[in-house]
Amino acid sequence: MSIFTSKNFKLLSNPLNLENPVTVQILGICSALAVTTKLKPAIVMGLSVMVVTAFSNLVISAMRNTIPPRIRIIVQLVVVASMVILVDQLLRAFVYDVSKQLSVYVGLIITNCIIMGRLEAFAMGNKPWPSFIDGIGNGIGYALILIVVAFIRELFGSGAILGYQVVPQSFYDAGYINNGMMIMPTMALVLVGVIIWIQRSFNKELIEKD
Amino acid sequence: MKSLRKLIDNNKPHFQKGGKLAKFGSTFVAIEAFLFTPNHTSKTGVHIHDAIDLKRTMTVVILALVPALLFGSWNIGYQNGLAFGIERGIPENFMFGFLKILPLIIVSYGVGLGIEFISAQIRGHEVNEGFLVTGILIPLILPVNIPLWMVALAVAFAVIFGKEIFGGTGYNIMNVALVARAFLFFAYPSKMSGDAVWIYDLPTKVPVDGFSGATPLAQLAQGASSKMASFYDMFMGFIPGSIGETSTLAILIGAAILIFTGIASWKIMLSTVFGALAIGILCNLLAVNEYMALPPYYHLVMGGFAFGAVFMATDPVTAAHTEKGKWIYGFMIGAFAVTIRVFNPAYPEGMMLAILLMNIWSPLIDYFVIESHIKRRLKRAKLKANA
Repeated sequence: MSIFTSKNFKLLSNPLNLENPVTVQILGICSALAVTTKLKPAIVMGLSVMVVTAFSNLVISAMRNTIPPRIRIIVQLVVVASMVILVDQLLRAFVYDVSKQLSVYVGLIITNCIIMGRLEAFAMGNKPWPSFIDGIGNGIGYALILIVVAFIRELFGSGAILGYQVVPQSFYDAGYINNGMMIMPTMALVLVGVIIWIQRSFNKELIEKD
Repeated sequence: MKSLRKLIDNNKPHFQKGGKLAKFGSTFVAIEAFLFTPNHTSKTGVHIHDAIDLKRTMTVVILALVPALLFGSWNIGYQNGLAFGIERGIPENFMFGFLKILPLIIVSYGVGLGIEFISAQIRGHEVNEGFLVTGILIPLILPVNIPLWMVALAVAFAVIFGKEIFGGTGYNIMNVALVARAFLFFAYPSKMSGDAVWIYDLPTKVPVDGFSGATPLAQLAQGASSKMASFYDMFMGFIPGSIGETSTLAILIGAAILIFTGIASWKIMLSTVFGALAIGILCNLLAVNEYMALPPYYHLVMGGFAFGAVFMATDPVTAAHTEKGKWIYGFMIGAFAVTIRVFNPAYPEGMMLAILLMNIWSPLIDYFVIESHIKRRLKRAKLKANA
């Protein structure tokens, strides 16, 4: 029951790279494109998904032997939906402006494929504690990609990081212009593609055979 | 010439397998093939050789682009003269414009070929001639005031994400030059649209009274069609616009070269014109606003329509491959281009988006054309079997 056993540690570290939910399993792409224009909402979104995945995993795993298989999806949805509502209310209470920016996407965490994927693939067949760690790990893996993409998009699209102007005014005076393409979801898709490209050139075993 | 040949022959062993510089082998082969016609013949199997290889195809397209390039150079000088009330002769106008285009061409080729050579090196492929045409197309479809670093960025984006990630020349699904333009259009709209970008010096200096620099398309979109240039001026190209796109006449000379040599498909060009006319006539019949009341044939000489139809839509890699598919592909490009122009006020010009969209659809068109052929033949076979 320790987080430090090597098996549990793998649950935490695998989703960061070899089983990354976004770049390897290609799940949760829609929200990765939508909330990564600025770094701050991306971080909050990553944290929210992590919390929801971890606790839904925990709850479903605890109930896994009592859920009738035929209605398991609806049970999972109820648990996820209540978690999302909790997170949404917390965001509204403590970081109202970010909650405004994320708008509908917090509610849409319910439909985030990562969460349903982990519930089906892991929590339904494993004990609560490993399931919880698995949820945390996948949440971090998702957040990691979001943060990298949002960092690049905010830096080149708005010349800022976390809302602080980092591209100096002298650049703009010399003719530099923020890249409007970075603000668009198109570029987020390209960036996710580039991350996948870089990741696979380092981990050859991830390359699909055709 | 002989000393050059000697230099290459002397250095050859270094670049061949086992030599010191073997990893730059493909660069060496490319330079040799560019300077001298290679004389190696295939050693195994039966090969059919066609005199018109990729290098010659590309050369012909560049020749076809020369009229547009020359006219574009002259037009930059002419428009600049109009804007600031400067009188210049034809050669001065030409030189003025040519010196403005030259840096764009150098940057485009430098960055694009650089990336081609590097990626060929990494993959161990031979460098091929795919970028020769793209490199000249890109400057021709840009406004003259575009900053050079933006051109470099766009070319890099287009070559890497439009072509190399799909496997290089011949595998790209979208026209590389148009990807570069689309990138600039969406990334830096302030430098790619508006009235000031088309005429050299206009953003910084004050023009003569009454000169706006707006293209005919922009004037139409703003509902100021009375200020628009005459059909003759637009056909000849005495209007502001992207460097190579203004003169329909110069483009038609290019089209004649392409069709005569059989490099580009006349079916695509013709059906693009038909598509534009069809939607143009339809709009003209309804004619609820000034834009829709425009005579349909005006669409053919405005903006990038002619240039796109002749040089972009006919790109043999990204166009439809089946003969029937070519008609559909071209028709839809023309139809979409005019639809976007007339009905979407955010995009005064629709040719770029129409071609990119149809580039993506062309495999689908080919698929259905082939499927329908298969079905028809199966039917015929069945009839025969029954009879």
